[in-house]
Amino acid sequence: MTEVGLNHYLFVGALLFVCGLVCMATKRNAIGVLIGVELVLNGANINFVAFSRFNPVFEIEGMTMALLVIVMAAGEAAVALAIVLNFYNNHLTVDVDQAEELKG
Amino acid sequence: MEWQPFLFWVIAGLTSACALATVVTHNIVRAATWLLFTLAGASGLFFLIGADLVGAIQLLVYVGGTMVLVVFGVMLTAEGPFISMRTSSAEWAISASTALAFLAVLILSFLLNRSGRDPKLADEPVYVFAPQKNLIDPDEIANAKTSPYTMVIGQGFAGVGVGPAHRDPNSQVKVIEKKDTPEPPLADPKLKKAAIDDLDVNLKNLVRPGEELLPPPVKVDEKTGRPDTTGIVRANYLLPFEIVSVHLLVVLIGAAYLARARRPETRVERQTDGRNDDPAEARP
Repeated sequence: MTEVGLNHYLFVGALLFVCGLVCMATKRNAIGVLIGVELVLNGANINFVAFSRFNPVFEIEGMTMALLVIVMAAGEAAVALAIVLNFYNNHLTVDVDQAEELKG
Repeated sequence: MEWQPFLFWVIAGLTSACALATVVTHNIVRAATWLLFTLAGASGLFFLIGADLVGAIQLLVYVGGTMVLVVFGVMLTAEGPFISMRTSSAEWAISASTALAFLAVLILSFLLNRSGRDPKLADEPVYVFAPQKNLIDPDEIANAKTSPYTMVIGQGFAGVGVGPAHRDPNSQVKVIEKKDTPEPPLADPKLKKAAIDDLDVNLKNLVRPGEELLPPPVKVDEKTGRPDTTGIVRANYLLPFEIVSVHLLVVLIGAAYLARARRPETRVERQTDGRNDDPAEARP
């Protein structure tokens, strides 16, 4: 408790990851699913940065990977939201339960 | 009380609580807000670890960019029935139980990790074919006034070699080939000390008490007594940087095309697309 080590950060990363997983599985709103994806990516980022800091073999490799993941996640969120908006314009709903036909 | 563990518990607790609130709430606008706080909390964790650049980029890109996108999406699609959509209890039960099992697997994976050498092989000497000295001394990180990581990351993206060093196979230096029997450690204490000093300063901390870190069989320059570092190359992160730049360009163009403004008649045309017309009537 007095010394915060690698395992503490890994636990926070795992918790965020699992929260994102439940978000992706249970939210009926398509944007809720996107929110889950962002949570998953943030959990993975915390893992990367924690290993980069606490494992003596790594130096900045984990942080570089986290930076690339942040950039990629921003791009993916943009494209996913464009798809969701298209779906909403065509079907007038964002309910993923209604998206059964794979039609945009 | 030490400030660092206290800050960790506060920030990690807030981040976890906000993440749980994101999952539990059924209102999409509130979920987006809780996600905003979760991302800000993750940025705080990055700053606490010492990764200033990653924390700052997280605030800039995630909180300032991606969250704005998500809020835009929520506002454009948030009409009456879509703000608060509930899932059935059966789905909640299945998802929660699966997620808890997965969380248990994740936690056990890093709690039960026993890294180390096989104790049955304790008599064999261990040669650390290690990368050469790293650029950042871990003892200085705790006392540094500014984070040394930012400069190294910036240099890495610009093309300066910052990764773990390895020997260039095309260099002129002839590395000692690995023989069947392990070579004895260097006899001359001065050469041995020089070889050990050039080792990765971080790997020296991996030696357990009672053990000795044997130097790798590298070629030692006779004139100076230090290991020969000709042909040592370090990796950089210039190529991933360029690939990500091109990828962002493609994403920008793709998202702009996908979300382009269309004629307002499109929706009206869709709603009256002739579904109820007489099939015998020919279309123009």
